[in-house]
Order: sequence, then C-alpha cells, then structure tokens
Amino acid sequence: MRPWHGIGLAAACAGMICLAAGGAVAGPAEETRWQVLQDLYFAGRTVEEAGPVVSLEAPTRAHDAALVPIRVATAPAPGVAVTAVHLIVDNNPVPLAMVLRFPDGTRPHAVDTRLRVDAYTNITAVAETADGRLLKTARFVKAAGGCSAPSPKNAQLAALRLGKMKLNLPETVSTGKPATAQLLISHPNYTGFQYDQLNHYYIPAHYVKTIGVRYNGEPVLDVEADISMSEDPSLHFTIVPEKEGTLEVVAEDTKGRIFKESWPIRTTPGS
Amino acid sequence: MPVTEVAPGVFVHAGAHAETDAANDGDIANCGFVVGTDAVAVIDTGGSPSVGRRLREAILARTGRPILYVVNTHAHPDHVGGNEAFLPDGPAFVGHANLPAALAARRDHDRRAYEEATGRPAADRSPVAPTVTVSDRMDIDLGGRVLELVAHPVAHTDHDLTVLDHGAATLWTGDLVFQERAPAVDGSALGWIAVLDTLARVPAQLAIPGHGPPASPWPDAAADLRRYLKGLVADVRAVQKAGGTIQQAVATVPPTGGTAWRLIENYHPRNVTAVFAELEWE
Repeated sequence: MRPWHGIGLAAACAGMICLAAGGAVAGPAEETRWQVLQDLYFAGRTVEEAGPVVSLEAPTRAHDAALVPIRVATAPAPGVAVTAVHLIVDNNPVPLAMVLRFPDGTRPHAVDTRLRVDAYTNITAVAETADGRLLKTARFVKAAGGCSAPSPKNAQLAALRLGKMKLNLPETVSTGKPATAQLLISHPNYTGFQYDQLNHYYIPAHYVKTIGVRYNGEPVLDVEADISMSEDPSLHFTIVPEKEGTLEVVAEDTKGRIFKESWPIRTTPGS
Repeated sequence: MPVTEVAPGVFVHAGAHAETDAANDGDIANCGFVVGTDAVAVIDTGGSPSVGRRLREAILARTGRPILYVVNTHAHPDHVGGNEAFLPDGPAFVGHANLPAALAARRDHDRRAYEEATGRPAADRSPVAPTVTVSDRMDIDLGGRVLELVAHPVAHTDHDLTVLDHGAATLWTGDLVFQERAPAVDGSALGWIAVLDTLARVPAQLAIPGHGPPASPWPDAAADLRRYLKGLVADVRAVQKAGGTIQQAVATVPPTGGTAWRLIENYHPRNVTAVFAELEWE
C-alpha cells in the first residue's frame, strides 16, 4: 500500500515507522506519573527499559480518542520467553488497560488492539519474561476524552449485537507458519464515565473483562481487560497452526455473560 | 449579515470554509430562512448566539412577518449555536426525533470546543432544544408555501432532517450535502449513501447544502460527496480484505477529490477511522 501524502504530517506518519522512531516522551510529568503507576502495579519490582524485546506503536495524535489503534510486538531472545505484556494508558482513570498473556512465550507475538485515551498521555507496555524480568517501553499519544465519549453511535443496534464475534483470517493459512487473525467482539464496553445527559446518570461500567483464545484446545492468547479497551474490542494476534483444526474464543463480561464461538481453520502445506 | 435570495422568498447565508475561531465566531455553516405570506421559518442558526442574532437582523430587515419556526437540520454546533437568538420570537423549535438526545450528549464536548476555539466563554445553557420533533415527516405551512420536513435514518448523523420547499423546488439538505468543505462522517457512510439515493429522487431543482455555495442544481450538488463516500467505503473495504489495520487504512486511503476539499486534512483521517469501524461489522 502506498502512503497518501496529501494530508500532512500526522497522517503521513500514521504508518508506523516514524512513530517507532520518535513517539516516546519522557518529560518530568510522565516520569512522575510512571513512578506512581510502577508502585501501583509492580510494587517492589524493578522495571527496566525494554530494548528490542518488546516494541510498541501508537499514533502521535489520535483521530478518535475512543478508538486509538496500538500495536505491541514481542521479540523473545534465545532462552528468554516473553509471557505477558501489560498495556497501561498512564493518564487514564483506570490506567491498566489490559494484560496480554502468551502461553507460548518463546515465539514472537504481535497484537493490535484499540484503546480509549482520556488525556494526553504515555501509553506504556511492560513485558514480563518467564524469569520474572519486567521490560518497559512507552509512546506519547495526543488524544483526549476517550473514556467519556458518548457511545455507541446506535445503541439499539449495539444491544442486539452484544456478544457477537467475528474472526477475520488471511485467505490462506500455511501449516506451521505464523498467520494473523483478527477477532472482533461486539460490546459497548461502557467505561462508567459516560454520562447519559438526557436521563442524568452515569451509565454503569460494563465491559469485556477476559478473552481466551485456544487452538485445538491449546491456549494461544489470554487477555484480561479493563475499561480502557475500546467499544467493540478488536484483537489482531498470530497463530502458528501445526495442522488444521478449530480456533475457539471464550469471552466474559463484567455482568458474567459468557460469549463463545469457534471457527474451523484450514491449513495448506507451507512452502 | 449577507444573505442571497436563491429563489423567491428563499434566503441563504453561506458560512466560511474554516474552523470556528474568535474572528468568525462559528459562522462556518450555511443558514437561512424562508418567507411565506403569513410567517417565516429559519433553517439552522449558525455556530453561536452572535451569528444567530445577525441572521435574525437580516430577517427583520427584509420582512415584518413573524418568525414562527426555527428548524435545525442536526445537532452539530455550527448549525444550532444561534438558536437562542430567536427566543424573543417564541417560535416552535423543530428537529429530528433523535435531536434532543444528540444535543444532550454533545453539550459538554461542544461547550469545551467552542471555548478552546474562540477563547470566549460558552453560554451557560445548552443550545435551545426542539419543542417539536419529527420522527417521520411533517408539513409546515408558512402561508402560500408549505415546507415538508423529513427525518432520515442514520447518515451524516443519526438525526438528519431535510426541508423541501415544493413551491420553490428547493431542498435544504443540512449536512447531508457538503460541497467544497470536507465532509465529516458522524453516523454511517453506508447509511449516508443510501439517504443520498433517496434524496436524488426528491422533486427539487436546487439544493441548499449545509456547507458550500448558497444553492446549486439538484441532484448534481451531491456528486462530489457521493464520489468521496463511495471511494472511502471501497478503499477501506480493500484494506480490510487484505487484513489491514486502522493505522494502515489511515496512512494509505486517499480522499476521493483530494485537496479540492477544503480542510480535508482535518476530517479525512477521522472519517477513515470511523468508516473502518463501521465496515468491520458488515
């Protein structure tokens, strides 16, 4: 795909390369905030700068604060499995957006998802290795109001669709090769900060809190999420199917509703 | 304020193709009025009380007939911000059945945006909400001139209302038609295309767009917008079919019509993002 350069720096830079090069900001305010969050989430532990083991991509300026696309990728070094990534939106009212757990941490993973951003903030990814190290990297994102943004655009349709899932796969999936799948779950993911101006109350928080992905019964990805995950949660993730089989997703929301769906995956012999 | 009489008794003020700032005070959308033998109907009121007051002065300078109706085509602040200027006339404020909810939902956001853009405090109260709502259609008789108001399904927003002046064969589209200024998708691109199909069959010779010249021939006035929306849908679908992400769509999907759209850089990336989320659930 050819970048379209007609709309200035922000859009031309939305391709990830320039973000990875220059999105991080470590101003004093961001440092102070991070110290608070480190004590909150990783008390008593050391958090090192990540280096190449985990990378994070995020737009420098978001086009929709309730739908900020981010991508996190792990690159485990030999002998160092990366078993989890904590995604934190530092200045959100509930900063910990989600924890991604990779049962097979020895292979690289890449996950795309979308977050709500309530105020200009660092988004921080903290990877956890099998031997207990914590490795962080951050990107500064300009966006505001994502947690209180009125939603969804069509409430009746959203209620009808709640819990419905979609899986998008590439046209061919090769045996033993990584393939990127996209999972979509229809859910309003109410944050608890959205005010119903007509009826004068805060809509109670109601969001997807866990998502488990299995392939032929083997865990691929487990997600624990909080209110910063966008409406209609979307996850791109990789699977490495050794043979054809069934991809199964089980999700649960904060009202205890369980959503289950499975899809057959056909694989073609890899070249 | 300058107004153009685009058809007998039909007056339009064309707003600037700019974002709201201290100098224009929200005079960035089209607004106007229709004069019958008995009464006047105002259609949209500009982006602030000061624009509404100047529109009201323009009306009083041309007719002594009473202002009995203020119609809002949708809730965006550049179209409803001048409503309060007409309170002294005691008109019926008329809008789509979903307009009250949209005004309420946007209130805090729009007040903050106005204050940031102009450096002036926003009025304490919300834009005046409708006293009469339309869930399907409704006629307004101004004396020798009947306006047909139609409430549309989700398109530019989920509360778009058009006004058809049968006698003058003139259609007030609100923001269902953008000309020259970049469109903003705040509802559904697919729904918007469908509503444009419906409107193409309306018996009007002239359209008064929400943004653009005071009036232009109908249905050609919607041609650029239709191309833009169809291009957006097709291009975003292609990115999705190739397994692409929102970021990739924002970086690669060009606006059909390009920089001929004024302010396109402010709206196109946002439109791509919104349409991407919309089309994922087709």
